Amino acid sequence: MIPELGHFALIVALLLALTQATLPLIGAQRGNLTLMAVARPAAQGQFVFVAIAFGCLAWSFLHNDFSVENVARNSFSQLPEIYRFTATWGSHEGSMLLWALILAFWTTAVSVFSRHLPDDMVARVIGIMGLVSTGFLAFLLTTSNPFLRLLGDAMPADGRDMNPLLQDPGMVIHPPMLYMGYVGFSVAFAFAIAALLSGRLDAAWARWSRPWTTVAWAFLSAGIALGSWWAYYELGWGGWWFWDPTENASFMPWLAGTALIHSLAVTEKRGAFKAWTVLLALTAFSLSLLGTFLVRSGVLSSVHAFATDPARGAFILGFLAVVIGGSLALFAWRAPKMLTGGRFNWFSREALLLSNNVVLLAALGTVLLGTLYPLLIDALGMGKISVGPPYFNAVFVPVIAPALFLMGIGPLARWKEASLPDMVARLKWALAISLATGLLLPLTLKGFNAWASLGFSLSVWIALTVLIGFRERLKNGGRLAALPRAFWGMQLAHFGMALGVAGITLVANYQTERDVRMNVGDHAGLAGYTFTFRGTTDHVGPNYRAARGTIEVSEGEKPGGKKLFVLHPEKRIYNASGMAMTEAAIDPNFFRDVYVALGEPLNDQATTWVVRIFHKPFINWLWIGALFLAVGGFLAASDRRYRIAVQATAPSNAAAQGA
Amino acid sequence: MTTPTLTSFAADEAPTLRYPQGGEGLPWGCPAGGLMKSLLFSLLIALNTSVWAGEAAPVGEDPAIEQRMVKLAEELRCLVCQNESLAGSHAELAEDLRKEIRVQMKAGKNDKEVIEYLTTRYGDFVLYRPPFKPLTYILWLGPLLFLGLGGGIWYVTLQKRRALKDTPVDEKQLDEASKLLAAQLLDEKR
Amino acid sequence: MKRWLPLIIFAVLVGFFAKGLFLNPREVPSPFIGKAAPAFTLPMVGQADKTFSPADMKGKVWLLNVWAPWCVSCRQEHGVLMALAQSQPVPIVGLNWKDKAREAEQLLAQAGSPYLAVPDDLSGKTGIDYGVTGTPETYVIDKAGIVRMKHVGPIDEKVWKEKFEPKLKELN
Repeated sequence: MIPELGHFALIVALLLALTQATLPLIGAQRGNLTLMAVARPAAQGQFVFVAIAFGCLAWSFLHNDFSVENVARNSFSQLPEIYRFTATWGSHEGSMLLWALILAFWTTAVSVFSRHLPDDMVARVIGIMGLVSTGFLAFLLTTSNPFLRLLGDAMPADGRDMNPLLQDPGMVIHPPMLYMGYVGFSVAFAFAIAALLSGRLDAAWARWSRPWTTVAWAFLSAGIALGSWWAYYELGWGGWWFWDPTENASFMPWLAGTALIHSLAVTEKRGAFKAWTVLLALTAFSLSLLGTFLVRSGVLSSVHAFATDPARGAFILGFLAVVIGGSLALFAWRAPKMLTGGRFNWFSREALLLSNNVVLLAALGTVLLGTLYPLLIDALGMGKISVGPPYFNAVFVPVIAPALFLMGIGPLARWKEASLPDMVARLKWALAISLATGLLLPLTLKGFNAWASLGFSLSVWIALTVLIGFRERLKNGGRLAALPRAFWGMQLAHFGMALGVAGITLVANYQTERDVRMNVGDHAGLAGYTFTFRGTTDHVGPNYRAARGTIEVSEGEKPGGKKLFVLHPEKRIYNASGMAMTEAAIDPNFFRDVYVALGEPLNDQATTWVVRIFHKPFINWLWIGALFLAVGGFLAASDRRYRIAVQATAPSNAAAQGA
Repeated sequence: MTTPTLTSFAADEAPTLRYPQGGEGLPWGCPAGGLMKSLLFSLLIALNTSVWAGEAAPVGEDPAIEQRMVKLAEELRCLVCQNESLAGSHAELAEDLRKEIRVQMKAGKNDKEVIEYLTTRYGDFVLYRPPFKPLTYILWLGPLLFLGLGGGIWYVTLQKRRALKDTPVDEKQLDEASKLLAAQLLDEKR
Repeated sequence: MKRWLPLIIFAVLVGFFAKGLFLNPREVPSPFIGKAAPAFTLPMVGQADKTFSPADMKGKVWLLNVWAPWCVSCRQEHGVLMALAQSQPVPIVGLNWKDKAREAEQLLAQAGSPYLAVPDDLSGKTGIDYGVTGTPETYVIDKAGIVRMKHVGPIDEKVWKEKFEPKLKELN
């Protein structure tokens, strides 16, 4: 009964989405207030019904209703309750439902926090988001219905279990965060389309869409970082970024979104780059949709590749063609043809932000090219090739490095025209210190290393320029707390980049590892620690059995040092699927992670194991940096100027200007 | 489609199916942490027999070769679990190929010869770093091209911008600003 | 024109994606097509004193089917191969790949053998020489010993009709 209720709720949601997508848009075009007024209730109603559908699916999972095919395929009676809940979005169908739910959530948020926007703008924005919702709900109902039943004999006694890789606390938070980011760009997208439709593409438009974009970007930053952290401790071989198509699918919208929030700053403050900003808003969300297509259609082989079905791929591709193609056609037709905004010179904040945009897009192009190249070659019948981490690592770093350098200067430069000699005078010490650190620090570690030098210099450079930014703002008196949140947000995010770059540089160049065979009692030294293997014990989990190792870690690379801590890496076999999993054990701290994973048992008594030991210096800075990005984003979006009540009637001359 | 049975892993080898089966996610042939052949009948509490305990032995007999092998294998793609490198994959074929690479390195073959051994059998598909040849010119030169293109756009935009009249603040913006200011005052009164 | 550029780029990409929907990214083409089948000499299952070598098949078009007793998909394929062995359109050689449990002989005695010969590749090295990534995989080798086609995965009737029959007709 409950699954049928969910199915029914989904159908109602689709009808509401259709209403939301049609009437308000027609109303906005005709100036009909009654039709425009449909937007808010339709959006909120749609959210309620998608939430009911989602709740029904979650209920089926929590109650082990294996007559529901999706539950039978992705859950298991012994699965702990929390994972039965997260299994709701562990399958293709469920994660698309989560996508739809979050889209409806964002739409509802727009409907609530838009009281000060002109009615036609609200109607258009919500209408566009309704169009996107319609596509996703129709996709769910036609090709990916999560409520299909297995009746009679087809109903299995028990489920096939959730993929063990997903049975992790990361599953609770990573996908929802990531989707909040991905889908959040739909708001910026809808604002851009609404502006193109109405011809009202002005500073006010930029101001409205800016906080939404920043919040979505902050969620996406957090989501990507969580995914990377999860892969790091769950996959058991210590890597934190694999350039897998799925990762790239989330990274590309992030790069576009980063360019967008910077370009929006120029549009809001200076009225320039309007067409460019609109194009970026369209691009960011288009890349979110593209990512969905790449992951779901099976055109690229990826870790996440869900069971592929050509009908699904074809549906999403068709949808993609309509949404993205339509919006790009609208852009070509309606984007402002005149240069907007005022004059600025070679060296000015505008010029610096433009160069930041250009570099970010080159980096985006690089990731896109590498991700799609195998597909392009295959489609042309020219063979099969692989493009993997060695390629991306080799090309991405040099492409993105200029953006990291410019990051230090941009916030300190004046709009319109800045003085280069003045800038040199302000930054010469920062430049000297960062170059010196970059050159000297590697020498004190392991000898000269060009990549490490580059990373250290950039990291120190960004951090120092952030400090200079604060100092200059406080030069004429004033309190830290009185500085606008937008300023704080930007500086925190930039500082987060400094931390992240430092973490990446250190872990990529100075991590050490050993693969050893360990008998009970054996020890191995690494990076100032001694690891002593104390054997494994049998451990029974709720839905798995495990061999749990005990490894004592003591000071010094020779045994006999002070005992520091004990690690318990596990090797698990999951009951339902028979899949083996490695659970690494990590002792984290601010300066390093000690990471231990069990490999294979080498004898039948399981007294000898292959053990992998890693020492990862400063790896946590990477995720702390990402946390700074997210916090900075939220802070900037909460700046008081966005909370100021803009009169409901938008400036009338602005309306006339864009058309 | 065969349904995996609950006991399937009790066999000496987990069944290697050709295609992803079972729940969604990883194909069956791709154990996330390796197959534990002996674990089931050997989950004993290991006794602390530290009589022979000593310095742990490295996995490969020859650490230098092991290091070379891992470095090479990280740049190669596993053919069974296609999103793992040959170094990271626990698939059986990956293990066999690592063994083969070790043997060849021990026999004095250099990295290039080992790679050639693999590409004659599996094609360029195994190379995570595609070789620079006509087929991949665009791939390798693309990033440079993008940067160049971006530089061009930057230059042209700046040329146009500098040619613009230096309009003071235009009226639209003034109007906008005053509206916002009024709104702000209203806001503060509340 | 400049403003239409994003749309044009996107349209080209959509074309590629549409094509991509009909391709399988996981299927790796064999580099051996059009090249000589690698030579090997292996003992035969059940007749350890005899050996098999591809040279023995010179002058015939034949199939090299790589299989293993532990392979589930191979069992799916077994019926189809048995039917082929009855109608005998082409001789089939079954390379027994990495049969560490030594079950092949018993299994074939029980279920019937569709094979003309069953070379025993215990170490798996011969399979690797052929670029095998898993079982079953089937190679079509022509009269001159050149590999003409490779099929990855189990053979069913549809695959046989659409892929193998035309190829065999062409070669004979």
